[in-house]
Amino acid sequence: MSAIAEEAADAVAGAGAPPLIEARRLTRILPGTVPVTLVREIDLTIRAGEFVAITGPSGSGKSSLLYLLGLLDSPTEGEVLIEGEPTHLLSERRRAATRLSTLGFVFQFHFLLPEFSVTDNVMIPMRKLGRLPAREMRERARGLLADLGLGDHLDKRPDQLSGGQRQRVAVARALANEPPAILADEPTGSLDSRSSDQVFDILRALVDDHGKTVIAVTHDLDMAARMDRRLHLVDGMLADP
Amino acid sequence: MPLILSIALTHVRGRLRQSIVSVLGVMLGVGFSIAMAALMQGSQEDFIATLVDAMPHVEVSDEARDPAPPPAARFFDAVNVIGARPDDDTRGLRNPARLRAMLDSWLPGRMTMTLAGQAVLRYGGRDVAVSLTGIDPAGYLRVSNIGDDMRAGSFEELAANLNGIVVGDGVAEKLGARLGDTIAVSTSAEAVRRLKIVGLYHTGVTQADDATAYAMLKTAQVLFARPDVVNRISVKLDDINAARAVAARIERMTGYRSTSWQEANESLMEVLVVRNVIMYTVVGAILLVAGFGIFTIVSTIVHEKARDIAILKSLGFGQGDIRRIFLIEGLVIGAAGSVLGSVLGYLITLGLDSVTFEVRTNVEMTSLPLTYSPLHYLIASGFALLSAGIAGYLPARRAAKLNPVEIIRGAS
Repeated sequence: MSAIAEEAADAVAGAGAPPLIEARRLTRILPGTVPVTLVREIDLTIRAGEFVAITGPSGSGKSSLLYLLGLLDSPTEGEVLIEGEPTHLLSERRRAATRLSTLGFVFQFHFLLPEFSVTDNVMIPMRKLGRLPAREMRERARGLLADLGLGDHLDKRPDQLSGGQRQRVAVARALANEPPAILADEPTGSLDSRSSDQVFDILRALVDDHGKTVIAVTHDLDMAARMDRRLHLVDGMLADP
Repeated sequence: MPLILSIALTHVRGRLRQSIVSVLGVMLGVGFSIAMAALMQGSQEDFIATLVDAMPHVEVSDEARDPAPPPAARFFDAVNVIGARPDDDTRGLRNPARLRAMLDSWLPGRMTMTLAGQAVLRYGGRDVAVSLTGIDPAGYLRVSNIGDDMRAGSFEELAANLNGIVVGDGVAEKLGARLGDTIAVSTSAEAVRRLKIVGLYHTGVTQADDATAYAMLKTAQVLFARPDVVNRISVKLDDINAARAVAARIERMTGYRSTSWQEANESLMEVLVVRNVIMYTVVGAILLVAGFGIFTIVSTIVHEKARDIAILKSLGFGQGDIRRIFLIEGLVIGAAGSVLGSVLGYLITLGLDSVTFEVRTNVEMTSLPLTYSPLHYLIASGFALLSAGIAGYLPARRAAKLNPVEIIRGAS
C-alpha cells in the first residue's frame, strides 16, 4: 500500500463531516493613509473531505482569504476556527504549530528550498514536527514522492526539475505531516495545461481517495467547476458565482 | 544534525565567498588580539618581575606617613600651635630587635634590616652620587635576587671584607673603576672611607645599575655616623600580590611608613593599566569591525532568503525558529573565525617568540617577553562570539518579523 493510500482509511467527504475550517465575520483591512479592505465579513464553513475552489477577479481578496484561513495572516476583525478551536487568541508559536500539524500549503510558485534535495525538502516539515525517527521520515518522503511520480528524482535539486515536477514536490511537502487540510494558492497558475491537469488530478485524488480537505484559489473557472464547491469573491465579499 | 542548524549551515555555504571573508575578518581580529595580549601581558609580567626582583616587596622606612603633632598639641587642648619646633629626633627604626621579633611571628616571607643613605663615590677624580645601602649580605640575599645579577665578584665577599663595596656596573663604568679597585666613599656625615670593589652587578634597571651600591651594615653605620642604627626593613614575600595587605598591617603595628612595591611604583602601574585599556580598545575595535562583517553577511542572507523565510513560516516555523537560524549563522561564522583565529594567534605568538634583538633603555631585552595563557584565547574567542551573536541577532530579529504574506505576494 502506498504512503498516501495508507491515509485513506477514514476518508469522509462533504456534508455530514465535521467542520474543519470556519470563518466568522472575517475581515482584513490593510492599515495605511488609505486603508484597503482585503476581505469583509466573511462567514463560511469548510468540512472535512471537501474540495473547495475560491474564485473571483484579480484583487477580489481570494489569496487574502486563503492566507487568513491558513493562519498566515491575522484578521482585523472576526475569527478563524480550526477543528473547532478559535485561533485569534493563539500565540504566534501556537499558530505556527497549528500550521505545521494541521495545514499544508501549495503556492503558485513552488517555493522549494533551492539548496536542499527534493527528498530533503519534503522532509523539512517532518523534521520540524519531529514525530518520526529520521529513517522513517526519509522513507515517508520517498514514498510520497514516488506516489506523485517523482521516484526517479529523489536526490535531485529543485532546479533540476520541470515546473510541474516542482509543484508535485510542493504537494508532497504539503502532505508530509499528514495534515487534514491542503491550502493551495493558484497551484496550477504557472504550469502548462498538461502539468496543470496532473496537479489537479493529484489534488482531486487527495480528496476522493484520501479524505483530505483541499481549498484552492484559482482563476481557472473550468477547474473550479470540477471541484465540489465554489466560493466566489467580489470586492472582498462572498457573492453568487 | 538539527534542522535549524542544517538550514543555517546551508545558507552560510550558499554565500561561501562572503562567509569566508567574514570568517577571515574574525580570524584576524581574534588572532591579533591573542598575540597582542600575549605580548602585553608578557611585557607587563617581565617588567614587573624585573622591577620587583630588584627591590623589596615591602619596605619599612623610619618615617611616619603623617607627621607627628608637636608635643604642645598633644599635651594642651590647642586649636593650633604656632612657632613650635620639632625635636631633632634621631632618625632610624627604634628598637629593631623588638621589631624583628614582632614581624618574624607572622610575616609570610623573609626580611632583613638595612641602613640606607646618600653617598658619593670617588675614583680617579670622578664623583658619582649613589644610594648606599648597608646590609647583612646573607640576610639581604634572602630578600633580593640581586645575587643572580652579579657580573663579577659576589656579595659573600662583603661579609669577609668590612672594607668592601659592591656597586652597579653602571656606577663602575662612570667611575672608570673595575673589580678590585679601591674607591673613596664619603657621606654627609663627613666620614670618608676607602672601600674596595668586591662585586659588580647588572640588574638591567638603569636606576639600580647606575646609582646604587652596597656595603656591610657596620661599614655603612660608620660612614653615616649612625652606630647601631637601621632605617629600613626590606621584606620579600612568598606571594607578591599580598604586598599591599602586608604593608598595611606592618604600618598599623609599627607606625612606620611601609611601602608595598605597588605603591612605590604607582605611576608605573597606572601606565600599565592605561596601556591595557588602549590594547583592549584596539582589540575591541578590530573585533567590532569583524562584527560588522558578520552583520553584513547575515543581513545579505536575510535579504536573499526572504522567500525561504516566508515558506518556512508557512510550513510551521515560528518567529523563534527563524531568529535562531540567522543567529546561528552569525555564531557559526564567529565560531569558525574564533577557532582559526586561535590557531593564527598561537602561530603569531610563536613567531614573535622567535624574534631576538637587543635594546638598552630602562630594561634590557634579548627577546620579546610573551605569556601563553588560555585566558587570552577564551577572552578573544568569547568577545568574537559575543560580537558575532549581536551581529547575527540584529538581522535575525528582522528576519523573524518578516511578514510571509507580503513576501509571497511579491514573489514571482
